[in-house]
Amino acid sequence: MIRDIDVSVLRDTVARLIVEANYTIPSDILSALRDAAVREESPLGRRTLEQLVRNYEIAAAERVPVCQDSGLAVVMLEVGQDVHWVGGSLQEAIYEGIRAGTKSGYLRWSVTGDPTRMLKTAGGDTPGVIHVDLVPGADVKLTVASKGFGAENTSALRMFVPADGVPAIADFVLETVDRAGANACPPIIVGVGIGGTFEAAALLAKKAVLRPIDVRHARPDLCRLEGDLLARVNDLGIGPQGLGGRVTALAVNIEVYPTHIAGLPVAVNLGCHSTRRISTTL
Amino acid sequence: MCDMTVTQVHFTYSLSDDDLDRLRAGDSVELTGRVLSLRDASAARLAGALEAGEPLPVSLDGQMLYAVGPSPPKPGQIIGSAGPTTTARMARFFPALFAAGVRGIIGKGELHGGEVAPFVTHGAVYFAAIGGLGALLARQISSATVVAYDDLGPEALIALEIHAFPAVVIVDRHGGNFHEAARARWRRRPE
Repeated sequence: MIRDIDVSVLRDTVARLIVEANYTIPSDILSALRDAAVREESPLGRRTLEQLVRNYEIAAAERVPVCQDSGLAVVMLEVGQDVHWVGGSLQEAIYEGIRAGTKSGYLRWSVTGDPTRMLKTAGGDTPGVIHVDLVPGADVKLTVASKGFGAENTSALRMFVPADGVPAIADFVLETVDRAGANACPPIIVGVGIGGTFEAAALLAKKAVLRPIDVRHARPDLCRLEGDLLARVNDLGIGPQGLGGRVTALAVNIEVYPTHIAGLPVAVNLGCHSTRRISTTL
Repeated sequence: MCDMTVTQVHFTYSLSDDDLDRLRAGDSVELTGRVLSLRDASAARLAGALEAGEPLPVSLDGQMLYAVGPSPPKPGQIIGSAGPTTTARMARFFPALFAAGVRGIIGKGELHGGEVAPFVTHGAVYFAAIGGLGALLARQISSATVVAYDDLGPEALIALEIHAFPAVVIVDRHGGNFHEAARARWRRRPE
């Protein structure tokens, strides 16, 4: 049974979600920050966490962006294969939704059209990155994230070989977080993508960093690895905003995918304490 | 929660040598005075003008720069969200900006090695505000005026009046680096 969906529905939903994502931090993250403000041993770290919580309360109450960096929009779609889009271009509808939400929500336009900066003008207004997965059924799951670049800039990808194994993955995660330090705006969320190809590992890491932080991996061994890596990341001592302390990360989220018998791609995508994401189903 | 001393630092346009000398890495401060915004594009343009020997649109003598690209104000707001951005992205321009008189940077994130050296050479101080505190910090800003580079949008050069603006001294004039000290203090070695 084919289901028609008008792209204007998607456009309007994207516009609404991008504003909401920037005004209201996900409840799992806010709750983890409140817990961390109690648990943190460093006085300066505690004060910092209390200020972060206060900032989120102000932003939600006054309906203003939690951070001036309203990020680069990342729109992820899980589209049921029985869906038929009507009424125009799917891609343009998403772009229009991002543009409309950015304007109506007084979000900062943070996109430059030319990444090389060789063009003298900003060049174009393509406003985001879109990922589409085709799944069975006739539903559309939509996730809108606003990815700030303080943390994005500190992310990394490395191609290991099979013999390197889990110890190399762990060392790479710790090295990436340690190098990022305060610049990733800790307490951070660590998204780890393991497997697939070069680009698939990066996308897995993005999906991992956008997974709610109160959801652990369903595989018991990976769930344990997430816990072990979180403990080791927090032993780095970076602490809230790099001012020292026990709470450097709120979660380590891992996603895996089969890979080549000769390979072990690993991507680490860091998310700041303000990892803005919101999902809905059309 | 208030077992920490917060030093009030007031300045009109520039920080005095005495104020700068007194500050130590790790001090919690509240800053009050006029600052100019600092961004990738505006810093590059200022440094380019200095290199070409062209006049600057505004004097940098004794100035404090705040690494920020605010979001647009809603109707009735003085400024949109206005937390700090990552300082290290602009660090390559600091030798030129300090030579032109800049004496303080407010931003977020770490500076190391060669990024810190110009602070010591020129007697400048680096303050970190809290990243991701945009809604709260906007309340500590009482005016925002674009003074140059309007074409750069959120990266324009903006004069900002800040009041009791919370920050921590990270790099002082005496070679201290609080991010490095804090990490060493709190790090646990694997058993």
